[in-house]
Amino acid sequence: MPTTEPLAPVMPPGVAAVLAEHARFLKGRGAAAPPWLQELRARAVDRFTALGYPTVRQEEWRFTSVAPIAETAFRLAESGPTNARELVERVAIPGAVRIVLLNGRFSPELSRLEPPSGVVVGSLARAVADARPECAHLGQASVDAPFVALNTAFVEDGALVTVRKNALVEPPIHVIFVNGDAEALMIHPRALIALGANSQASLAQTFVGGAGRAHFTNSVTEVALGENAVLDYVHDQRETDEAFHMASLHVAADRSATFRARTVTLGGRLVRNDFMAVLGGEGAHCTLDGCYLVDGARLVDNHTTIDHAVPNCTSHELYKGILDGRAKAVFNGRIIVREDAQKTDAKQTNRALLLSDEATINSNPQLEIFADDVKCTHGAAIGQLDEEALFYLRARGLTEKDARDMLIHAYAGEILEGIPIEALRGQLERELFVQLDRDLADHR
Amino acid sequence: MSLLDVTNLQVRAEDKQILRGVSLSVNPGEVHAIMGPNGSGKSTFARALAGHPGYEVTDGAVTYRGKDLLDMSPDERAREGVFMAFQYPVEIPGVNNAYFLKAAVNAKRRHQGLEELDAMDFMALIREKAKLLQVDEGMLQRSVNEGFSGGEKKRNEIFHMAVLEPTLAVLDETDSGLDIDALKIVAHGVNAMRAPDRAFIVVTHYQRLLNYIVPDFVHVLSEGKLVRSGGRELALELEEKGYGWLETAGARS
Repeated sequence: MPTTEPLAPVMPPGVAAVLAEHARFLKGRGAAAPPWLQELRARAVDRFTALGYPTVRQEEWRFTSVAPIAETAFRLAESGPTNARELVERVAIPGAVRIVLLNGRFSPELSRLEPPSGVVVGSLARAVADARPECAHLGQASVDAPFVALNTAFVEDGALVTVRKNALVEPPIHVIFVNGDAEALMIHPRALIALGANSQASLAQTFVGGAGRAHFTNSVTEVALGENAVLDYVHDQRETDEAFHMASLHVAADRSATFRARTVTLGGRLVRNDFMAVLGGEGAHCTLDGCYLVDGARLVDNHTTIDHAVPNCTSHELYKGILDGRAKAVFNGRIIVREDAQKTDAKQTNRALLLSDEATINSNPQLEIFADDVKCTHGAAIGQLDEEALFYLRARGLTEKDARDMLIHAYAGEILEGIPIEALRGQLERELFVQLDRDLADHR
Repeated sequence: MSLLDVTNLQVRAEDKQILRGVSLSVNPGEVHAIMGPNGSGKSTFARALAGHPGYEVTDGAVTYRGKDLLDMSPDERAREGVFMAFQYPVEIPGVNNAYFLKAAVNAKRRHQGLEELDAMDFMALIREKAKLLQVDEGMLQRSVNEGFSGGEKKRNEIFHMAVLEPTLAVLDETDSGLDIDALKIVAHGVNAMRAPDRAFIVVTHYQRLLNYIVPDFVHVLSEGKLVRSGGRELALELEEKGYGWLETAGARS
């Protein structure tokens, strides 16, 4: 019996534009890629064509409509933002190994490589051309996720960071993504981070937006941690308030490896962080902590998946949001404990502070536990600033503004304090408070 | 001129009339005790003076150093020298006790047109006061009241008071829940601060505290009104007779 193919849905203008851009890309600057990369892209573009942009009818995207992305005809960037240098200087970390990507492409001028021994950093395009073995890690993130498929279809350049086994890297590694320009651009940067056994490093990815039209950043970061490796990772997102920011992170942690992530989201009109960590070796640990400030009519969606695939792994997750105006936030924390993964210890907490009556958050813990000897806890707390605490501080002489700032500082501080790169922590604290002052001023 | 003049103060909380016309004058250097049974409005009186937003003044006036106290925000009152030691000090995770206190001290100093204290001068100031209240380094560096025992919380309140050096201190049931050792420490801290230009209003349910902080005046609050005022001996009388007689007194008035 012949199977009935479902009718192809009407292709949104954004998808048609993406496919047109992709055809142009393959004939143009994408043409030089080695066959394996061509295949990777071909599979990905097929997958994206089949999937299309997600809609709110899909469970995973129920509260987050990407219609504004799907309806826009974005173009691939031909060059970097004109004010790139100034933006890089604003966020640069003194003493860091710096990789700068301008609209997804490696900038030798603005990067400051000189890595310490045991570290290889540079352009992903170059690594592909040189057929470096680390490129084998490309493509761990599943193209069943539409935005990963889209990124992979355009994979071309990005950042490569390799830390050799036993290397203890002192200076932080800073990958700066400078995105956007006068046109409505889409940027599909890729970062590949591989740490060898017993190595340790700290790495931050900072996303900043250039002036101009609203752009669409669609980044994919893949992290492979060898046995006993330790990575402190910061996802620092300070794009413009008009930007679309889709970030996918895929982490594979081997035996006794530790991955500690701090995600700070300050910018973006429509933000989705899809973070997935697979704890695939016994004794592996992952921390996913995040804080975000969202105001106006913006939306920030944090979707996390922690896959406890083997026994004796631990995970710890704490997300804290500050919402103002008519902002929306989504938190979905999925924890999978596989049948064999006994003695799993997983803790998940989601908190949100609502500074206005119109702000909303949808919070959903999603525990899928197939083992019987595990410890999994989750909790959510949504609310306003503690009025009694506010009064207590004011009754000792602090103005209402100072009292509020102090409470919010304490609230966000729990996440920011975990950022091991001091200069970056300072920058983020300042920026958070500048933004908060602006919000609170609107209340008065 | 008296430091504080309360005239016919009427206060509502959660749609209930609690204070029904309280009048009281406090001069510099005096210690006034406000006593009364549960629900008489003692804590409401203290919180209304501090400007708690949950307490609505429906009538009456409060003049503090010639100014309209009720017209001031809670923080202005504090910067003007009014201090309330909380009955239930609030735990504030993530806010360092010493850091907060420094912000409070400097807010007041700025208000008075004084130069702010730097970290060194501030530490010197609080070390001295901390010793008096037996507040250790740990309590200074922990989050405000977080994980403090009942006694530690009350000691911390009086420690804040000692550092902020108020002109008018209102102690809201500072003695409740304290064992005798903690009570002595707290009382010692208060007594060390008694001064000709400073006044205290001590709100308490029990006369025990008044053995250690000897008041100049004792007032008895019942059903939102001051029904009797007297000297220290009134507290002793209450200790002996309890509050039961108030019902008859109330019926008589």
